[in-house]
Amino acid sequence: MGRYVVQRLLQMIPVFVGATLLIFLMVNVMGDPVAGLCGERRCDPATAGRLRQEFGLDRPVWQQYLTYMGNVFTGDFGTAFNGQEVTELMSTAFPVTIRLTLIAIVFEVVVGVTLGVVTGLRRGRPVDTGVLLFTLVVISVPTFVTGLLLQLLLGVKWDWIRPSVSTEAPFAELLLPGLVLASVSLAYVTRLTRTSIAENRRSDYVRTAVAKGLPRRRVVVRHLLRNSLIPVVTFIGADIGFLMGGAIVTERIFNIHGVGYQLYQGILRQSTQTVVGFVTVLVLVFLVANLVVDLLYAVLDPRIRYA
Amino acid sequence: MPEQHYEPEPAVAGAAIGGTVDVGVEEAETLEKRPKGRGGPGPRDRPRSLWSDAWRDLRRNPVFIISGLVILFLVLISLWPSAIASGSPLKCDLARAQEGSRPGHPFGFDGQGCDVYTRTVHGARTSVTVGVLATLGVAVLGSVLGALAGFFGGVWDSVLSRVTDVFFAIPVVLGGLVLLSVITSNTVWPVIGFIVLLGWPQIFRIARGSVITVKQNDYVQAARALGASPSRLMLRHIAPNAVAPVIVVATIALGTYIALEATLSYLGVGLKPPSVSWGIDISAASPYVRNAPHALLWPSGALAITVLAFIMLGDAVRDALDPKLR
Repeated sequence: MGRYVVQRLLQMIPVFVGATLLIFLMVNVMGDPVAGLCGERRCDPATAGRLRQEFGLDRPVWQQYLTYMGNVFTGDFGTAFNGQEVTELMSTAFPVTIRLTLIAIVFEVVVGVTLGVVTGLRRGRPVDTGVLLFTLVVISVPTFVTGLLLQLLLGVKWDWIRPSVSTEAPFAELLLPGLVLASVSLAYVTRLTRTSIAENRRSDYVRTAVAKGLPRRRVVVRHLLRNSLIPVVTFIGADIGFLMGGAIVTERIFNIHGVGYQLYQGILRQSTQTVVGFVTVLVLVFLVANLVVDLLYAVLDPRIRYA
Repeated sequence: MPEQHYEPEPAVAGAAIGGTVDVGVEEAETLEKRPKGRGGPGPRDRPRSLWSDAWRDLRRNPVFIISGLVILFLVLISLWPSAIASGSPLKCDLARAQEGSRPGHPFGFDGQGCDVYTRTVHGARTSVTVGVLATLGVAVLGSVLGALAGFFGGVWDSVLSRVTDVFFAIPVVLGGLVLLSVITSNTVWPVIGFIVLLGWPQIFRIARGSVITVKQNDYVQAARALGASPSRLMLRHIAPNAVAPVIVVATIALGTYIALEATLSYLGVGLKPPSVSWGIDISAASPYVRNAPHALLWPSGALAITVLAFIMLGDAVRDALDPKLR
């Protein structure tokens, strides 16, 4: 087990370097990091030159990248366009987005798995067809459309909720945005669970469990569900990174001041440090989530053992 | 981005092999499915291919027919939008801003006083162009690289597979914001280029896996033993049997690419006004949503139906190519 973890951690390094380098290049080579510092006007050449020297932008890109990564690993993410430390922005933005992501994952697991089990056990019945059609519609409607429509219905027409979220973003206000963020993944979790349950329902161990005279509930929860959850866990693990990235759209619709908001501002104002810093953390989250999922396999499926 | 999200369907790769399974098995399955005598006189004499079998299934599938008709309609109006909406989508009259439905203007007017019906009809062209071209690019790049990696293996396979890992680690909407925000050109090309850049790893993985599965089949080994060259093996024996999963995933991906273009345009980095795109219209309508919800609803509906049609088409094609899933 320990060896497997070390091996996986080593494999993560090239992916991490590659992904961050790619973003670093996109931001630094294609955009002009200095342009954002002079506000709306163009920088005059002398100031631009001085700023370039000050930030080390006159050196080759690979040197800049190494310096940046060196700083990042000592906890220094640089300063944003308005002089705020990027780490400070992160400490206000990440808790909000983590809350939002948690709500989304809870929706996915609770609603998605339940619907999946119900439809998987009743394959071909009207409930199954209905839910399947519904998931197809949810998958097809882009998140920003779902979000705007729900905001219009619940927030404006029926006045059930506040259409935009306050700066503190407490759990209660994040419920609808969380559901919107989760919607597409929720539909996928439903379909995955359904397929998996329907497949495993005919397996030998389920037949044995039924033959032993176990109550139906125990067969479904303990035997069938546990074994059917493996692909679902993989999906949700990979989904954490997607949700945090996808939060850009949801946070924009509901005016939530989280990671997506800061990133969007950073991109609009060409604040290189903010963008690269946040993306670096998001890539790390994605990689760690995938590692955790692989380790969870062994817990869910006793047949898998890491030497 | 949404297109990373597909149900992993490992069985699809297996479907490719179905095409060469001995005819006896296929006939047995067919007989089970359909009552005797309805199969027509012809097919009994010669073995049917996976493709003709799939086509027979598709023609009877209402989902395929409906989504196919919707897509046909979309393609037609994106080729000749003026046929059903003669006005210019850029001709706006501020005096009529936010007005509701009127005779001659069935969808009403948006916040700028533009005719929502005309803009919605003309917006189809952007979506269909981006969807089709991006899918073509992704499919060609991904399947060529994937097939080569799967066929030859070795160092290049490892290198390319690691490269795909890197691309998968970047959230797509985020990558789009970063990359497209620095591009000033207001055409569909940067968006298409971006989708191809971040989309090919998905098809790469599918094609690679599919080629590796097919490569191990006896008929490929036999051809190799008979001295067939790698290119002949690849083109004549492997490719035709490995292409099915790629087609399925590409069809579904087309729908998600359309959604992605709209999302990027909604965020302000895809296409920008004065281009006509559903994403732009939805974004422009959202501040006025209290007074003019119709300006939001019509382009949203058009977008949703378009994406739905492509995803349903992909689902139907998958069912037809992989009868085991039923």
